Amino acid sequence: MNYGPKPWQQTQWDWRAAGNFICGGAGSGLIVFAALSGASGIGMVSLMLAGLGLIGLGLLFVWLEIGRPLRAFNVFVNPRTSWMSREAISATLLFPAGLAALLIAPGFVWLAAALALAFVYCQSRMVHASKGIPAWREPLTVPLMIVTGLTEGGGLFWLAAAWHGAGSLLLMVLFGALVLTRALVWRAWRRRLDASAAPRALAPIDTAGRALHLAGTWLPLAAIVLAASALLGAAAAAALMATAGLLAALAGAWFKFTLITRGGFNQGFALTHLPIRGARR
Amino acid sequence: MTRWAMVADLRRCVGCQTCTAACKVTNATSPGVQWRRVLDMEFGIYPDVQRVFVPVSCQHCDEPACMDVCPTKATKKRADGIVTIDYDLCIGCAYCAIACPYQQRYKTARPTYAYGEATECETQRFDDARMAVATKCTFCVDRIDAGIAKGLKPGVDPEATPACVNSCITNALACGDLEDPDSNVSRLLAENQHFRMHEELGTGPGFFYIWDRETA
Repeated sequence: MNYGPKPWQQTQWDWRAAGNFICGGAGSGLIVFAALSGASGIGMVSLMLAGLGLIGLGLLFVWLEIGRPLRAFNVFVNPRTSWMSREAISATLLFPAGLAALLIAPGFVWLAAALALAFVYCQSRMVHASKGIPAWREPLTVPLMIVTGLTEGGGLFWLAAAWHGAGSLLLMVLFGALVLTRALVWRAWRRRLDASAAPRALAPIDTAGRALHLAGTWLPLAAIVLAASALLGAAAAAALMATAGLLAALAGAWFKFTLITRGGFNQGFALTHLPIRGARR
Repeated sequence: MTRWAMVADLRRCVGCQTCTAACKVTNATSPGVQWRRVLDMEFGIYPDVQRVFVPVSCQHCDEPACMDVCPTKATKKRADGIVTIDYDLCIGCAYCAIACPYQQRYKTARPTYAYGEATECETQRFDDARMAVATKCTFCVDRIDAGIAKGLKPGVDPEATPACVNSCITNALACGDLEDPDSNVSRLLAENQHFRMHEELGTGPGFFYIWDRETA
């Protein structure tokens, strides 16, 4: 049996850290979708710059949060064990790869996509390595963060599909599969939290989870099915896919914001035994 | 080899907070920053209730979660088990504070003072290097090292012993070399039942809590 004070919400990482995970995941997902779409010309330029811009924005949020921003380059020092160092290194490689895809050879887009996957993987492991937070250290946090990032990126891709014109049935199916997978992984992850996370952490997580399921899963899935069914005109289908993308991206972002800023309860202090003093009970 | 560790006898601690005060005086920590604190816990339902005072601080773990996540190598573990922070390397990302399962890391964004304005003592002892970076219990490593250099024994000789242990009015706190079977902490652990906090996480804390005598 454990005794001890109730856990409390961590306060070291706030909306800026959440912003890094939201923007970083979405940006990475967008770059992956851009690569898979085979977009070219201004479409690829826009998608790649938007993806890199989002990742850069997330890193800017983190830079604004650290206590000693002028020493920020020290973040690269410990790739041997720190996922934060690895995240920084993968981002540093990702930016030139993305720009090379635009300026040198389109083939670099695959390198950029691989590095974007590495970046979002590092972010997921960063959260998972936080041993002080039961909801974060759960192993399924890793696939959940990855699939959430890819889904958000896919959502943004479809939000802008009418403009860049690189959408396809295959990417529609992939996006739908990601939306569904995200919901399934979330459910498995949430079930495992019952045994470890504090009830006060689970309340906001469940609220965000309901939004993730309704607005971020079922509505987008319905829209995708309708858009793919050829029952609608092209304009209506594009509007539906844009709506599906926006909903999926917003629901994922809200979940990550909640996970960091409201579901980050520690486990408090725990005594496995109480001291035996005086007469034995 | 040496492995410095700390032992708190939960049967002895009376929650006087003298160790907390000694730590603050010794290390001049900011208001709200308590590298050593004593938790006041109550358990049970009247009339079967129990009050327990639990000294907590950095656990100087065998496998410090804070060290692995640190992107700058500011957090290191010495060969003798003491976990240190290089304030000049730390970027203040607070990842270590998130990773620590014992909530023992602090980050003070800007100078704060007990009475609003800095007192003369606070002005003299202000250390800008500790602003906006991670800080925590140092195990009074300066005292340990200086004491050993003089041939003294940490945990036995007060000059070589952490301030919190020195100040304890009930001898609830002890520190010493875990690798030395004749050290005070080794004897205490051999003679009493003890546990370590959140041991299931595999961090291997160097902080032991005694809760009962060893049964024969």
